[in-house]
Amino acid sequence: MAPNDSAQTTDGNFAAGRRKAARYIVPVAVAGVAAATIGLVPALADSGDPDLPKITAQQLVEKMAASDTQQLSGNVKISTDLGIPSLGGIADSLAPRGGDEGSSADPQARLMELASGTHTLRVAADGPDKQRVSVLGDAAEYSLIHNGGEVWAYDSASNEAFHTKAPAEAKGSGKDSGKHEKLPEGVPTTPKGLAEEALKAADDTTSVTVDGTTQVAGRDAYQLLVEPKQSGSTIGSVRVAVDAENGVPLKFTLTPSSGGKAAIDVGFTKVDFGKPSADTFTFTPPKGAKVTEGDDGPKAREKDFGKDFKGEEGLKDFEGLNVIGKGWTSVAEISSPGGEAGAGSEAPEAGDVPPQAQQFMDALGDKVSGEFGSGTVFETRLVNALMTDDGKVYVGAVTKDALVRAADAAK
Amino acid sequence: MSRAETTVRQENPRARSPLWTLGLLRSELTTTFRRWRTLALLAVLAAVPVLIGIAVKIETGDGSPAGGGGGGDGAGPAFLTQITNNGLFLVFAALAATLPVFLPMAVGVVAGDAVAGEANAGTLRYLLVAPAGRTRLLLAKFTSTMVFCLVATLVVAVSALVTGALLFPLGEVTTISGTRIGFGDGLVRAVLIAAVVAASLVGLAAIGLFVSTLTNSGVAAMATTVGLLITVQILDTVPQLDAIHPYLFTHHWLSFTDLLREPLYWDEVLDNLGLQALYAAVFGSAAWARFTTKDITA
Repeated sequence: MAPNDSAQTTDGNFAAGRRKAARYIVPVAVAGVAAATIGLVPALADSGDPDLPKITAQQLVEKMAASDTQQLSGNVKISTDLGIPSLGGIADSLAPRGGDEGSSADPQARLMELASGTHTLRVAADGPDKQRVSVLGDAAEYSLIHNGGEVWAYDSASNEAFHTKAPAEAKGSGKDSGKHEKLPEGVPTTPKGLAEEALKAADDTTSVTVDGTTQVAGRDAYQLLVEPKQSGSTIGSVRVAVDAENGVPLKFTLTPSSGGKAAIDVGFTKVDFGKPSADTFTFTPPKGAKVTEGDDGPKAREKDFGKDFKGEEGLKDFEGLNVIGKGWTSVAEISSPGGEAGAGSEAPEAGDVPPQAQQFMDALGDKVSGEFGSGTVFETRLVNALMTDDGKVYVGAVTKDALVRAADAAK
Repeated sequence: MSRAETTVRQENPRARSPLWTLGLLRSELTTTFRRWRTLALLAVLAAVPVLIGIAVKIETGDGSPAGGGGGGDGAGPAFLTQITNNGLFLVFAALAATLPVFLPMAVGVVAGDAVAGEANAGTLRYLLVAPAGRTRLLLAKFTSTMVFCLVATLVVAVSALVTGALLFPLGEVTTISGTRIGFGDGLVRAVLIAAVVAASLVGLAAIGLFVSTLTNSGVAAMATTVGLLITVQILDTVPQLDAIHPYLFTHHWLSFTDLLREPLYWDEVLDNLGLQALYAAVFGSAAWARFTTKDITA
């Protein structure tokens, strides 16, 4: 048993050496099997796309619209890669939190964090009056709870809570439109909210097709493929996985036309259409928590949220705003740099920047020139902005060339 | 009559062998826990929650909230802001504070010393004189190291609970989801979390044991184990190495905080336990391969 014995003799040396080597096969085999399992199990578990009856795009959209699922709970994973180094830092500088301005539990500041990186959310909904969204952080959680007329936000890391009254119409309209999981703040964090946004834009500029079937969170789903017919858009395609049974959108993927990783990917990783327990939606501020009452109405905030997630919509707040083109390739033209730079716009106005900052910004963007004159283009994976030297800003989800064309046309 | 005889006959050989194994394990446990070094390590671990508790108590003595007052960015160890409201949170805060450094260091010392220390002291060959077999001796060493993981975690948890109960009020626990659970429920979660934290250390214990079989110097084995731990923790913070992060044994360590959510969020905790089991299997069998074929000269 002990190699000491066999190693004594010269004859035994070779055999003992072989036996020694043989034992090391065990850990190597264990590691190998583990590596193979990690590599193969996802491939094997992906047992092909489910076999579902054929359906047209029209029927599928109707199915979604007719969906009256009011109760669900589950986990949602959000990955965003907008090609901005770290929006977290930008968000911090644009929307200061924690200081005198407000509580760290203020939803306005916190939800901007979702615009970059990967986050896990827990959602639960029970009818139009009760919803809950929690962002799971490291050893902390940020929860938004809507229950009847009350909206609470709670940040466990700083033990701060934020309280406001829900807008009256959110209660009523929720029932009619079946927007069961739409928070009064209007944050499209769930697949359904985002799918509605994408379909709203669907007209003759858009092709909507059913692109096979898939499985999301263990449920069979149809894939709705939405593609722009126009060229020049930075948006390549939008895919929405729709539950085959009840028409609830389960996954939303936005791929930029430049290819690569999805720019926005929101999907359920676990979903349950049973009734969530009632105490999921009850919230009383814990002992010692600092509670901030929301001072401005939730409606104002609603606008701001839209701005965070849909740059173009937010830009409507700007004065002198002019939309060029239509559909996917519409470009917003902002002529007066008087307005304060909003949280949603990537390009600050040229007018009041010191020369050093101007230099720095030139380094970030590309110089372009055309009939409109010359300017600087700032590119992200989805939204591009052209800042002309005479102070106009063109922003749109279009390529650099399309942006220049729009600027030329506007001249 | 005859039935009674057969049961007696069957029981005897069965009963003997596990008892024998337990005897070896028991002697391993007593040598481990009677060492002054082990006791000193446990004393240091017990002191950490006391220090945190006193610091929080002094800082909040004037009624200001913990966690840097107006900062409120959630900086510093997790759960610090909650301690003043509920002493039970000192358990979670203390575990979150000790898990990255103190606990694994203690485990690294004990695991690294397990075989190499005996070899260094010249007692390993005497251990092997006993007709126990190397595999069984290694199993006993590994088990006693795991028992140490559990004991070390419990020492931190119990010390934190006692300190928390003495310095701060106890009562209903607010989960990090903002919901409330009863104190009894909270205690159950604390026990569950302590168990998960102890299990998080199993991977490191297996690595330590493997390193320990490679060398005859106890100090070298301890230093290597702790060095590996630090290296892995640094690697875990490098964003460019994103792809390998999920396979680093420290990556999911702080996932135990998911057990404070309501409802419980198991995904990452299960990832962690699976990863620890994998490390234990790979490095445990590597330690076995090395130890059973090694020439014992000391």
